[in-house]
Amino acid sequence: MELTETLLLIGSVLAVVAVVVVGLFRRGGGQPPADHDRDVAPRGGTDTLTREPGTDTATAPPETAAPEAPPEPLTLRDRFRERLVRTRNVLGVSVAELFGGGVSDDAWEGLEELLISADVGVAATMQIVEDVRRRARDEGVTEADGVVALLKDELRSALEVPDRSLARATDDEPTVWMLTGVNGTGKTTTIGKLAAIEEREGRSVVLAAADTFRAAAADQLGLWADRTGARLVRKDEGADPASVAFDGWMAAIATDADLLVVDTAGRLHNRRELMDELGKVKRVVEKKSGPMDEVLLVLDATTGQNGLAQAGAFVDAVDVTGIVLTKLDGSSKGGIVVAVQRELGLPVKLVGLGEGIDDLAPFDPDAFVDSLFEPA
Amino acid sequence: MALPSVTVSVVSHHLLAIQRSPSVFDALAQRLDDALSRVRGRGRLDDETVDATLSEIRLALLEADVNFKVVRGFVSRLREVLVGEEVSKALNPSQQVVKAVHAELVRALGGESVTPDLSGNPAVIMLAGLQGSGKTTAAGKLAKQLKKKGRTPMLVACDLQRPAAVQQLRINAEKVGVHVYAPVESGDPVAVARDSLAKARDTGCDVVIVDTAGRLHIDTELMGQARDIRAAVDPTATLFVIDAMIGQEAVNVSKAFLDDVGFDGVILTKLDGDARGGAALSVREVTDRPIVYASVGEKMEDFEAFHPDRMADRILGMGDMMTLIEKAEDTFTEQETKDAEQALLSGDFTLEDFLKQMQMVKRMGPLKGVLGMLPGMGQALKDVDVDDKQLAHVEAIIYSMTLEERRDPRLLTKGGARRRRRIAAGSGRSVQEVNRLLKQFDQAKSVMKSVSKMAGMDSMNPQGRKGKRAQAKAAQQLMRSGQVPGQGGQGGLGGFPGLQQAPKRKK
Repeated sequence: MELTETLLLIGSVLAVVAVVVVGLFRRGGGQPPADHDRDVAPRGGTDTLTREPGTDTATAPPETAAPEAPPEPLTLRDRFRERLVRTRNVLGVSVAELFGGGVSDDAWEGLEELLISADVGVAATMQIVEDVRRRARDEGVTEADGVVALLKDELRSALEVPDRSLARATDDEPTVWMLTGVNGTGKTTTIGKLAAIEEREGRSVVLAAADTFRAAAADQLGLWADRTGARLVRKDEGADPASVAFDGWMAAIATDADLLVVDTAGRLHNRRELMDELGKVKRVVEKKSGPMDEVLLVLDATTGQNGLAQAGAFVDAVDVTGIVLTKLDGSSKGGIVVAVQRELGLPVKLVGLGEGIDDLAPFDPDAFVDSLFEPA
Repeated sequence: MALPSVTVSVVSHHLLAIQRSPSVFDALAQRLDDALSRVRGRGRLDDETVDATLSEIRLALLEADVNFKVVRGFVSRLREVLVGEEVSKALNPSQQVVKAVHAELVRALGGESVTPDLSGNPAVIMLAGLQGSGKTTAAGKLAKQLKKKGRTPMLVACDLQRPAAVQQLRINAEKVGVHVYAPVESGDPVAVARDSLAKARDTGCDVVIVDTAGRLHIDTELMGQARDIRAAVDPTATLFVIDAMIGQEAVNVSKAFLDDVGFDGVILTKLDGDARGGAALSVREVTDRPIVYASVGEKMEDFEAFHPDRMADRILGMGDMMTLIEKAEDTFTEQETKDAEQALLSGDFTLEDFLKQMQMVKRMGPLKGVLGMLPGMGQALKDVDVDDKQLAHVEAIIYSMTLEERRDPRLLTKGGARRRRRIAAGSGRSVQEVNRLLKQFDQAKSVMKSVSKMAGMDSMNPQGRKGKRAQAKAAQQLMRSGQVPGQGGQGGLGGFPGLQQAPKRKK
């Protein structure tokens, strides 16, 4: 049939359906969204999945798990600077160089590009540069050093937050943290590193493998449990993630654990039914545990402007309390977190600096801002 | 068939005059309107206008995550196209510029879809990319697609870095029913890759897909390892896997992979997200390698050839009309389409027709997903709850009406209170819901009336691919026409009078 006609038709039909259905129930404050499971048939009894983690002979003992004598850990600032040696040429030019020839329109434009190239985003960049420019004018700053100082000040204040520590339970019950995010940002790896830190500090940890969707996700978490000595709660692929999280809570209570960390499946934030599913995981645990102490959004530092949409959707679905910015050991600057905090007031709490067990550090805004602009 | 077609010009003339909702995502066409308002319908584009236009285009591309250096090059090429461009009297100038930008984008993205050369026995495909870009999933999807084409693929597990990556690949192989070679969980991936070729010959596999560990492009050691794997298997095609959500660094990452490992084509993943995907342009520009596949969902079959024209639409915020059309063509039978068309154009659109159409739409997939493909709607729907259960409620209400009532809803509106109470009781919904449905239906009906009137104003019938494109734009305009009955005064979203923003949760 004619394309023309198809097209008009679909448009019209959709318009009609949209107008009636969406309008109808939006106004009526429709039913609470139902919980949809991901459309994957439960694969009960998949034998490859039910084996106990750690019994796989082919699994090499993790050589990284040698907690007895960790070398003097580098401070975050050192780590940042160390990484920067590798990446400074990528950025090409520093703010100081830009303004070396004085404060000019070209220099301001260059600064805009610098921020945009760090994924800060067009809107946030315009705002920041405008603010710095105005302050430079008002305060009579004409030297490169002065501009750099103003800029850092501006960015630091954009990232300011009173407390970045991870919240813990105030009663005797276990602390609950849940990690969320789109696919491939590093949720499971981050949890592994968190478990390592917590176990090392003498707290007992239960990991709930509520990513029942991605193939072998629970195996991956299981290997981290082995490495760190945490306890793992898992079910088969396709199981209800909320029930895994719930069992995690019950196990944490039963073993008198200090901390439950819930791993969730990566999901694109525009998938409503998957976001609802995540909401259910949270609700089901919270019914027993009370409000979760932290709901962390794991954001990949390479993410572009979509990061803002991601953060917004996860905040709406599960009231995210903070960001973990991963893969900062690459050349990406992770500037999107500036926009995320400006728009949503969501602070970065942790940064991931590599795949190793020790590559997780608290976020240091000064070092982060420096890393955006200063060659080491 | 009776339905006259609509051309861009007719629709745009009528619809651009209609007040647009500011909450609709700013498609480039809209933001160009201001820059181009001076030249509407007269002469050539002058320098000043071109400057203003290019600056808007620059911002739009940056917001879509196209790398700023790539934007610079693209915009300067565009300047040459635009300066002296004659403003057609038929077209709205912003439409015309968008057309030019779009054409240039399609060209930059590679023009036609290409498929990699996979001849050879065994043909070898190697996947490489950053951590979390989706290599292992892409491997499974690629295997499934090749199997469907009659090949016998074998997946090879060379990601010995990430815990359980090997197991993930095994499960993917099992899911799509292909061979897997995963002899070790740690050790030397180069050896695994090398051995896999003989293994493939032994087992009669004619395509080998080598999954490798995610690696940072600045990690010289691991980049060297990827180079070694490539040297060991001498792939027919090395494919670089990259996340569509990546930002400005796409340029440095892809250049590093090209220089240090080398690749022949690109797989763009997670395109089912709502990222504009400007990185596609960045990668293409700096590496000059074609994007060959797009990964568009979580299921193993959600994998398709990359379409530069659709990507251009997306980068410009024009939605994905083509996908929608194809989806509809797959789903609707000809008879259904004819009936629906008849109903829409007869001016006598009944609840019975509506019920039928709703069921057609339902078959296309979750309502929100389908609506999200309409230009501007993805953004507009962000804060709106669209639950497919709502469809069931609407159905229940309509099913509780008599045939007579469905055909003539006026029976219900004028003095039909008792009927409405009966329907509410019969459907298990409230009378208020019945009332709202009738009201919404009435509004929708008046939208239909204005649309079918406009559809009747031109009978030019564009042909072929180009026509398809033009129609896509026409329909895009058409969707905005949802505002006609409300005359723009509503606070509604996305041009549909009924769409209301869900209350934002404040902390």
